[in-house]
Amino acid sequence: MQSLAQLAPLIILIPAIGAFINFFWGNTLGERFSALVGITASALTFVVAALLYLYLVNNDFTPAVINPPIIDTDWITLPGAGTVITWQTRVDTLSVTMMLFVTFVGTLIHIYASGYMHGDARFPRFFAYLNLFLTFMLILITGNNFLMMFVGWEGVGLCSYLLIGFWWDKAHGIGWKNANAARKAFIVNRIGDFGLLMAIFMMFWTFGTLDFFRPGEINNTEVVADHGAETGAAGEEDHGAEATPEGAGKVLAASEEGGEGEEEAHGVVIEPYSYLDEDVELRELGVFGQARRMLEDEEYEVDFGPFSLGIEATLVLITLFMLIGAAGKSAQIPLFVWLPDAMAGPTPVSALIHAATMVTAGVYMMVRANVFFSAAELTSFIVTLVGAGTAITAGFIAIGQFDIKRVLAYSTVSQLGFMVAAVGLGAYVAAMFHMVTHAFFKALLFLGSGSVIHGMEHGHHALHGYGRHDDHGHDDHGHDDHGHDDHAHDDAHALETEHAGDAQSRAIVVREEEFDPQDMRNMGGLSKKMPITYWTYLLGTLALAGIFPFAGFWSKDEILADAWLVGFEDNELKGFIALGLLLAAAGFTAFYMWRQIEMVFHGRPRTEAAEHAHESPPVMTIPLMILGFFSVVIGFINLPSDFFILSGLFGEHVFADFLEHSIAEFHLVTFQPLIAILALAIGLGAIFFARSIYGGVKAVNARRHDPLQDNPSFGAVWSLANARLYWDEIYFRLIENPFNRASRFLANVLDWNFFHDYFHNTVIYRGFHTTGKLLSKPVDLGLIDGLVNGVGWAARQISGGLRRVQTGYVRVYAVMLLLGVVAVVIIMLWPLIGN
Amino acid sequence: MVGTEAYIILSMILFILGAMGVLLQRNAILVFMSVELMLNAANLALVAFARQWNEVDGHVFVFFVITVAAAEVAVGLALIVAIFRTKQSINIDELHQMEG
Repeated sequence: MQSLAQLAPLIILIPAIGAFINFFWGNTLGERFSALVGITASALTFVVAALLYLYLVNNDFTPAVINPPIIDTDWITLPGAGTVITWQTRVDTLSVTMMLFVTFVGTLIHIYASGYMHGDARFPRFFAYLNLFLTFMLILITGNNFLMMFVGWEGVGLCSYLLIGFWWDKAHGIGWKNANAARKAFIVNRIGDFGLLMAIFMMFWTFGTLDFFRPGEINNTEVVADHGAETGAAGEEDHGAEATPEGAGKVLAASEEGGEGEEEAHGVVIEPYSYLDEDVELRELGVFGQARRMLEDEEYEVDFGPFSLGIEATLVLITLFMLIGAAGKSAQIPLFVWLPDAMAGPTPVSALIHAATMVTAGVYMMVRANVFFSAAELTSFIVTLVGAGTAITAGFIAIGQFDIKRVLAYSTVSQLGFMVAAVGLGAYVAAMFHMVTHAFFKALLFLGSGSVIHGMEHGHHALHGYGRHDDHGHDDHGHDDHGHDDHAHDDAHALETEHAGDAQSRAIVVREEEFDPQDMRNMGGLSKKMPITYWTYLLGTLALAGIFPFAGFWSKDEILADAWLVGFEDNELKGFIALGLLLAAAGFTAFYMWRQIEMVFHGRPRTEAAEHAHESPPVMTIPLMILGFFSVVIGFINLPSDFFILSGLFGEHVFADFLEHSIAEFHLVTFQPLIAILALAIGLGAIFFARSIYGGVKAVNARRHDPLQDNPSFGAVWSLANARLYWDEIYFRLIENPFNRASRFLANVLDWNFFHDYFHNTVIYRGFHTTGKLLSKPVDLGLIDGLVNGVGWAARQISGGLRRVQTGYVRVYAVMLLLGVVAVVIIMLWPLIGN
Repeated sequence: MVGTEAYIILSMILFILGAMGVLLQRNAILVFMSVELMLNAANLALVAFARQWNEVDGHVFVFFVITVAAAEVAVGLALIVAIFRTKQSINIDELHQMEG
């Protein structure tokens, strides 16, 4: 069973091959086979992930570090610094958790996409991008050092950019908006990448390596019996003892494979060690082990050239830079602005990349670096603030949106805020737990919204034919489903208008000729038209709203319980802040989700398109049903202790026990009935409140306004949410506008006036002109042309003269011959004549 | 016994007649005949010298010349026929397409 871990490189290779095939032969394969390649590649990665999970189960959860067989040499070597960065994949409980849900949700979304993208002109390319995304995501997850993580980090950013702008060529300026959204995502992510890069540089300077752990190094010493007994975490020694591997854990040292022959390669057993072992040199440890050993030494200083910092201050700096990186990738304040715009991409992309997987990369990175974050008090506080602030801000904005996907986008931002806040609170398991449950129900909601859009499109086209809609590009197929997501940017705060104030008026104006299948005001009553979509969507909504016993209840409750414990037991300020903000955000979550349910599915159809909408094909609804099932049950993987019957049935803290092999410091949460009831009450209250406002036919009033919009007491607040708190506009004023002005100044004054008018004209142009004139007139025309022309002229003259000899008369030739003979004879006889 | 000089003088006269014919005649067949005359003048000179020195080489050479002349006539006459077919004339002054 040990050799199962050797499969780890395959998880990167398989989707890469799938992408390769679809890139080069996708068009030849045709839609059906191209989708098949994509889905197969994705499904195979899930199988590999499942096998890796088996490996962990059978090997006492001992992490394995695998060198891929082909690149078994070192990736980057710096001989001067004596540094080697290896391309190693890491199989431990944390990375396998990520692999499992990424590949599982990814496979379902691949299947769904094969229905959703049916008939698109660039169908194979879409699947190639999806597979490429999986490749990079899995590099990010499986890497055993920060540089590999960075490779994946950049790669998923690239795929995100490619897929947001996938419909860059749509007519009527929509393609332009899509492309702009893609660029926005890419540029905002660059800022985050700067943070991550700085963190990587600082780590490299401090530790001289980027490896998380060296092969054989054990992270959570509490789990290993030899060392951890005296430092048991939060009175949970018995848990540690239970999970203790019997005897020495076995770690595959596949890295040996290249050099030392086959027999040794497979069976090499390295005794596990940790930073606590005295005989292990500091530099033999990975970054986390080194950091912990440095932390033990109060005096340790890191030398940064002109100044030096204590190790804690260094870790604060590193983690702050990491936070910038996570804020970019996981869409946190202040960098979350790209994610709502990213909904310009096809809906499966929104579900896969911008809800379930890629955006969780920032949280994953912070959980991976849990050793740093638990050491850096200041950063943890800031992380909590950022996370909780994002959760409530995005939750508030989501209330004022009309675009079905945009609501979900802000919801994603908000839920990511929950996870980040959990990291700040030190509740790494809760963050991961919420990430997993969120991946399922948010993917479900996005796919459900895609199904709704699909149905609306069909309803609209059934009504109008597609003569009027040739703007959708490719009408050569039997039915046209290319209009999805057209209007994701319809009200995308066209920044060039500069007038934020017209948000309200924009919401009112609905141009008849531009039917928006994503506008919830155009929907209503879809529950009867699309029953499967409705019921699965309802499951997702309840899970997201945190209603018992759906998945979201357990994961959200665990975060809240952690906040409670940090606040009331440890008396830390961040606990109280997080608890208050997150409870409010949870209320917002339930409210905007129920508002969406009412607007989309309940009441009566408000447009003819909604009247004629119908259920999506099974290839789309079956993934919905599977995800719906998991949205209900996935929460049972990590039940709190002492919870009535369920705990006995499904076990307590199963997920936490699984993750504790990778996460060093965490607390196991006992069920907090007060918090759970409070959260549940807030959630249910918000749902009933939303129902009382939007219930039935009241969802949208006659002027296509939101009921809250005309309400005297809530109108102003609602408008603020509708205008997205003017966040983009503020960025425009503060950053974009000054930047544009500065670049205009540079362009006009410095570049144009100085360089072009003065420097170019006077110095370069005139100098060149003079030299050129000198060279052209006398030198080229006079000398060189004269020489060449003279030769030509002479040849012409000579040949013209000689030409006349050739008369064509035989007689003349005969005379010539005769004269020649006479001349020869005279020359021959000359000596005789002389004598 | 007639002396060799007489043969050579006759040969010269014949050669000059032939050469004049080649240069002055317009009819291609007459030009041809003049060429034959020149060849035979040369033959006469060859046999005359052969007789004087009592050697066979000259005689052998004459046979070769006669053979080559016969072949030349065959080709030449064929050419003339071909020219006549295309141009309807064998006046060599009209044949000056090769003019440079």
